[in-house]
Amino acid sequence: MAENNIISPENLVYEKTSVLTDRVLHYCPGCGHGTAHRMLAEVVDELGIQGDTIGVAPVGCSVLAYYYFDVDMQEAAHGRAPAVATGIKRTMPEKYVFTYQGDGDLAAIGTAETLHACNRGENFLIVFINNGIYGMTGGQMAPTTLPGMKSSTSPYGRDVVTMGNPLKMTELVAELPGTCFVTRQSVHTPANARKTKRALKKAMEYQKQNKGTCFVEIVSNCPSGWKMTPAESNKWMEENMFPYYPLGDIKVPS
Amino acid sequence: MKDLRLMKGNEAMAEAAIRAGADAYFGYPITPQSEVIEYLMRENPAERTGMQVLQAESEVAAINMVYGAAGCGKRAMTTSSSPGVSLMAEGLSYIAGAELPCLVVNVVRGGPGLGTIQPSQSDYFQAVKGGGHGDYKLIVLAPATVQESVDYVKLGFELAFKYRNPVMILSDGIIGQMMEKVELFEQQPRLTEEFSWATVGKKPDRDSVIVTSLQLQSEEQEKVNLRLQAKYREVEKNEVRFESYECDDAEYLFVAFGSCARITRKAMEMARGKGIRVGLLRPQTVYPFPYDAINKLAGQVKGILSVEMNAGQMVEDVRLAVNGKTTVKHFGRFGGMIPSPAEILNALEQKIIGG
Amino acid sequence: MARKGDVVINIESCKGCEVCITACPNQVLALSNEVNSKGYHYVMKVNSACVGCANCAVVCPDAVITVYREKRKQ
Repeated sequence: MAENNIISPENLVYEKTSVLTDRVLHYCPGCGHGTAHRMLAEVVDELGIQGDTIGVAPVGCSVLAYYYFDVDMQEAAHGRAPAVATGIKRTMPEKYVFTYQGDGDLAAIGTAETLHACNRGENFLIVFINNGIYGMTGGQMAPTTLPGMKSSTSPYGRDVVTMGNPLKMTELVAELPGTCFVTRQSVHTPANARKTKRALKKAMEYQKQNKGTCFVEIVSNCPSGWKMTPAESNKWMEENMFPYYPLGDIKVPS
Repeated sequence: MKDLRLMKGNEAMAEAAIRAGADAYFGYPITPQSEVIEYLMRENPAERTGMQVLQAESEVAAINMVYGAAGCGKRAMTTSSSPGVSLMAEGLSYIAGAELPCLVVNVVRGGPGLGTIQPSQSDYFQAVKGGGHGDYKLIVLAPATVQESVDYVKLGFELAFKYRNPVMILSDGIIGQMMEKVELFEQQPRLTEEFSWATVGKKPDRDSVIVTSLQLQSEEQEKVNLRLQAKYREVEKNEVRFESYECDDAEYLFVAFGSCARITRKAMEMARGKGIRVGLLRPQTVYPFPYDAINKLAGQVKGILSVEMNAGQMVEDVRLAVNGKTTVKHFGRFGGMIPSPAEILNALEQKIIGG
Repeated sequence: MARKGDVVINIESCKGCEVCITACPNQVLALSNEVNSKGYHYVMKVNSACVGCANCAVVCPDAVITVYREKRKQ
C-alpha cells in the first residue's frame, strides 16, 4: 500500500509530546482536560523548559494531573493552588510555575486565593478549566453553572434567585492591575485548540518577562456531568456556554 | 562576642528566623503575634539574606504558601495565634501528609471562638493531638522564655528537615509580648541543597517529583500511615526534651509548660520555703511528651498537680504517663487569666496534700 | 494536489469519543465495530483520503493519534 511509505520518521508531523507521560488519562471519553493538558505540555516542550517548570494540581477531576505532566508538580488542597504557587514562585523565581484548576477549585473554594494572587501580580500562569460543573464528585452545581442548567444539586435547573449567578472569574481578574494577560479559549476544535496553545505559549513568555499573572480560561465540556455524548456536549457548549463565556482575549499587555 | 539584646518574644523569633537562614515567611496579622511580620517587614531580610517575606490574604493562604515553598525544599515558616492556627489546620494536615518540613508558631490566646487576645495554653490539644484531619503529629516545642523562643526557631527548622515534618512552637501571649534578655545565635547560611523529594525542576536523569498527600488506593494510604507512624516513634525515641527542678527529694510534683512553668516555679520556691518538698517537671517538647520521666517520678511522689492556663488538657497526658501510680490533679486559670504563684501553691495544698 | 498523509492510532488508549471524527475534513476516520481491551469502540481509518493535516490528533483528548505527511516533491 502506498500509505506504508508515508509512515516513516521523516514524514512525522504530529505525535504526543514527551512532556506528557505515557499513562492513560483517567478522564472520561471526549473530556477537554486531555487536550488542554496536551496543549500546555506541548508549550513546555517547544519552549524547552521541562526542567524549569513546576506545576500545581488542584482538587477536582484534574487532581491527578501530576501523573500526566512529566514535570515536577505539587498537589494543592482544594482551591489553594494559587497560594501554593505563590510559595513556589517566591522562593524559586527563576522557574516557570503554573496552576491548573477547575471551576469549583478556582471560582468557589479558591476565589480568595485566586483573586489575591492575581491582585499581587504573582508571576505565574493560571490555567482555568471551566465546564460549569463539578465533574469528579458527580455532577454538582459549580459557581459557573449556567442559569437554568441542571446538575445533581440543581436538579430543576440553576435558579439564580436562590442559587446565585454564574461567576465570570476571567472578567473579574482582568480588572485587577496585577494581571498581565487574560484570555478565554476552548479546545474542542482543531482551530480552537491551536489558539489555546498560542495563548499558553504567550503566557509562558510573559512569565519569563515577569509581567504579572497570566490567566487562561479554557471553556470546556463535561460529557458525563452534562449527560451527553462528547459531540453533543461540544455543540451544547458552543450554543450555551460561549454566549455567556465569550471566547477571546480580555486583556493583553500593552 | 555574645550578641545580647533586650527583645520582645515575637520580635526575637522574627530575628531568629532570619538568622536561622529561613528562605521564606508567609503570615497574616493577628494579635498577639503581629510583631513577627512587622519586624520582618521592617528588617527587610531580602537584603540581608535573601529571605522572602509576604503578607498573605489569610492564614489559609499563608500556610499553603508555606506548603509550596516547603515542597521546593525551602525553609519556610509562618506564625499566627489561635483562631488563625485553626484556619491553618487544613494546610498542616496536607503538609504532614506530604511529609514536608516547615515551622509554625502559635502565640496562643484564649478561646474558643474569637475568645480573647490575652495569653492562654488552651491550644494544647490542637497542637499535640492533631488539630487537622487524619493520623498525623506535629513536633511541638514549648518555650518558657524569650531565649527558648529564639533557640527553638533554629531547633525547629533542624527537626523539621530531619524528620520532614511540620514543627510547631507553642508559645503564648506572655512570652510573645514580654521583653527579656536574649542571646542571639550567629547568622546561619541559607540552604543550597536540592533535596531529592523537592520540586526543583525535573532533571533528565530522574522521574518527576510529585509532592502530594493523595493516595487513591487504601493499601497505599495505609503504607503512608505506617511510614508516618514509624517516623513518629523515632521522634518519640529521640526528641523528648524537658527540664526538672528540685525533683530529687520531691514528695510532690508540679508539671507545667511554657510561661505557666515560670509561675509554677515561683510557687515551688514558696512551697519549699514552707517546708513542702515539691519539684517541677517542665516539658520542653509537648509532642513528644516526656511520659517516661513523669512515670518514673510518679513512683516517688505522693501526688502530681498539672498546672496549665486552660481547663485541663496536658493533665490527660500526665495521667497517661502516671498510669494510675499516683494521684493526678489539674489546676488552671483560663480565658486569658494567669494564675498567681499563691493560687498554685494553694491548689497544691488543697487538691494534692490535703486531697 | 494535496500531499498524502496517514495516521497511526494507539487503539488501546482510544476511548472512542469521536471528537477526531468530526474534526477530520476528509471523513477518513470512523469507529470500528471491534472494541479494545477496555471495551471501547476505537477509531480507525476507513479510506485513504488523509492529507496529514493533524486536526484529528490536535483535538484527541487522549493523544492516541500520530500523524505523518509525505514531503513536498523537490
